[in-house]
Amino acid sequence: MSELKSANLPKCTTVEVRLPSRMGFEKVAMATAASVAKLMGFREDRVEDLKTAIAEACINAIEHGNRLNEKLSVGVVLSAGADALEVKVIDDGKGINRQPAKPDIDRKMHGEEGPRGMGMFLIQALVDEAEWVAGSGGKSSYVRLVIRLDKDAE
Amino acid sequence: MQSETKARVNQLTSPAGHPVSVLRFEGDIASTSKDAVLGTYHALPKETAKLVLLDFSKVDYINSSGIALVIQMMIEASNSGQKVFAFGLSAHFTKVFTMVGITKYAGLFPSQAEALAAL
Repeated sequence: MSELKSANLPKCTTVEVRLPSRMGFEKVAMATAASVAKLMGFREDRVEDLKTAIAEACINAIEHGNRLNEKLSVGVVLSAGADALEVKVIDDGKGINRQPAKPDIDRKMHGEEGPRGMGMFLIQALVDEAEWVAGSGGKSSYVRLVIRLDKDAE
Repeated sequence: MQSETKARVNQLTSPAGHPVSVLRFEGDIASTSKDAVLGTYHALPKETAKLVLLDFSKVDYINSSGIALVIQMMIEASNSGQKVFAFGLSAHFTKVFTMVGITKYAGLFPSQAEALAAL
């Protein structure tokens, strides 16, 4: 790990990935983000948090934003700064205009709420910042995720 | 691209003498895993399979759609008077399962031995 950290990433390094809108391809974004996060020196548990958050963001983009239309792609842009990694997941949907509700397991278990719908909640819970931005003209909406290096712990 | 979910069932007896149906999963648990997760569960004899233990030790990847299938199984189990437990989740997915509240309705254990000892 010390060898990787001494690789000395420039102050802001950008990596871009373009995914087909097909379930399963979120794994490509997860692996790419994990590689960048490890190069930056993030702890293993934070890398796992990031992977799950990115998986959920990509799945939402594939399923809801691009409606599983394989003619459309999902863009993933990773920007590695000095002490934070920002990830944008971009699709051609209209975006969302509501805050994610916390899933209620009691309501789910009693049939008062569907079992699905936990993706946005997990994204917010696993990263330091999550922001959903609706694109103009119903295109290029994105979710922006940020995880920060904890200098004392990493 | 998603790794197919494999599932199989073992019948064990807990140290306390209770029959336990162990559902063992392998691969990914995602939206495509309905047959593996719910299909395998539905094949259990409801009258006799009162304790259901889920083995996640060979699961590589779970997303929120997969978690939803697990919750759906828990709902059906609860309605059938069955109790559900699980073991083998990584530290990360133990945290995720806890975040969404699954631990309120299903006990999570680090290993099969610890799970069986508690049943």
